[in-house]
Amino acid sequence: MSDAAPILETRHLSKSFGALKATDDVSITLQPGEIHAIIGPNGAGKSTLIQQICGALRPDTGNVVLDGRDISGLSTQARARAGLGRTFQVSQLCMEDSVLENALLGAVGAQGAAWRFWRRALETAELRATAEAALARVGLSDEAATRCANLSHGARRQLEVAMALTLRPRAFIMDEPMAGMGAAGSKRLTGLLDGLRQEAPILLVEHDMDAVFALADRISVLVYGKIIATGSAQEIRSSRAVREAYLGDAE
Amino acid sequence: MRIAEHWINGAVLIGIAALPLWALFIDEPFTITLVTRAVILALAAVGLNIVLGFGGLVSFGHAVFFGLGGYAMGILAYHAQTYTVLDLGFFTTEGTKSMPIIWLVAMGISAIAAFFIGLLCLRTSGVYFIMITLAFGQMFYYFAISWAQYGGEDGLSIYVRNGFPGLNTLVPIQFFGICFALLCLVLILKARLQRAPFGLALNALRQSEARVATMGLNPMRIKLLAFVLSGAITGLAGALFADLNRFVSPAMFSWQFSGELIVLIIIGGVGRLMGPVIGACVFVALEHFLGGLTDFWHVYLGLILLGIVLFGRGGLLGLLTGKEGAHV
Ligand SMILES: Nc1ncnc2c1ncn2[C@@H]1O[C@H](COP(=O)(O)OP(=O)(O)O)[C@@H](O)[C@H]1O
Ligand SMILES: [Mg+2]
Repeated sequence: MSDAAPILETRHLSKSFGALKATDDVSITLQPGEIHAIIGPNGAGKSTLIQQICGALRPDTGNVVLDGRDISGLSTQARARAGLGRTFQVSQLCMEDSVLENALLGAVGAQGAAWRFWRRALETAELRATAEAALARVGLSDEAATRCANLSHGARRQLEVAMALTLRPRAFIMDEPMAGMGAAGSKRLTGLLDGLRQEAPILLVEHDMDAVFALADRISVLVYGKIIATGSAQEIRSSRAVREAYLGDAE
Repeated sequence: MRIAEHWINGAVLIGIAALPLWALFIDEPFTITLVTRAVILALAAVGLNIVLGFGGLVSFGHAVFFGLGGYAMGILAYHAQTYTVLDLGFFTTEGTKSMPIIWLVAMGISAIAAFFIGLLCLRTSGVYFIMITLAFGQMFYYFAISWAQYGGEDGLSIYVRNGFPGLNTLVPIQFFGICFALLCLVLILKARLQRAPFGLALNALRQSEARVATMGLNPMRIKLLAFVLSGAITGLAGALFADLNRFVSPAMFSWQFSGELIVLIIIGGVGRLMGPVIGACVFVALEHFLGGLTDFWHVYLGLILLGIVLFGRGGLLGLLTGKEGAHV
């Protein structure tokens, strides 16, 4: 797997908040077709890492490379256009709008259609097609007209994934997509992500260990901003260092 | 009491059109002028509502564009009425008394100003945005006061109202017709814009800027264009206001006026198409009736405002439609 050129790569990323080293020389790759899970205790720096990959935070040193191109200098929106499909740990949705309108926003972004002022977005066939396909993919078609604020927590997590899907990204970057979901919801989302890796590889930050061990081709363990181990589910489970640093206190 | 919003909207517009006709019938030209004033303030507030209601940006400096529109009219008409040349270095003109040309100039200058002010202000948000837009307003205000060539503190009087092809703008009902038609036109454009992809993006921006950027859309550009459109509309209202009074003065740039625009949007309903229109009508009615009874009518305005902020953020429109959530 590691012989193919990676889709996404971080090279020696470091970021400090004052004296706190939140990201410490992190170099990881995301290969075509894989799910690469990042696990680690709370406060390990997982979200901080994702923010640097997606452009919300600037690393002190290091680079982010997508399809062989250094995207470190690009804005969040330029990285999205270059092919990063991100979901947030805390849902970032337009709560006052309907599910379909949220998905339409993704379609507007995907098609660079923000500079249209006359025709209704809801009545524009190509925007609707993209939005509805994404909703169907995550199983939210029946909720299209529901106001986002009235959506269950699980459905909001699904909508987050649908919005990333509208972009047809080169790589998915997901920050705890299962956070706060019940067992049934987690299971459904696990099935969905499993099928998604053929479209684009997924960098998956996740706390739900069942989901991680079921999905991940590779797992990296992040502790105090440092990657302490990378390997298959089997290797990570049996690594002593990992058990001491992380899995041990989880059990 | 719940009434569908589009019925209220229709009724308000018909009411605004009918009142001056009735005033014409009973020969009360002052009422026509009063309604015209409400229509022009409504237009200014509809402009502001693009950034305030839909973009969530509380601009406390929209008097800048109102004043620029007013001075665009005042300066062009002043040179035309005194037969003097306005020399800008790269361009000279003898001014004009033609409304359509004045409107274009007023909107163009307001749009350019909004572009540069937006470029600086839109990087901030919340209280900082309010403060920095307020500061720009004061800057223009003091500039106008010291601009002796165009009346300084005293302002500029224009002797004859500017002309519109085929109409006699000195007849109050005809001037009202022009203002009302412009308001309706802007409302139609706004209604389209709101549901078009651009409106969707602007609306999303108010709710989550991170979300908009993550979808590959440039938040700054969207906000900037909204600010420019907003400024141009308020600038157009400024030109009409100057023509209504045949007078421009630095007061058009005052922070009090920026505040009044915000107040009447809140009264009518933030983020609703017709909120500013209803707010402007209520504002002008209060100013007229209460202002005739007591010098302290602003106190009553304050009480109404307080009631609306405390008991329903949807404004009067929210109260009537039973919906607090606007933006639909
Ligand atoms: N903007 C910030 N300023 C200061 N410290 C921060 C900031 N963001 C995160 N941190 C700190 O960095 C560490 C890593 O946080 P985070 O990346 O959110 O962890 P995780 O997602 O792994 O739970 C935490 O100790 C957190 O308190
Ligand atoms: Mg996190």
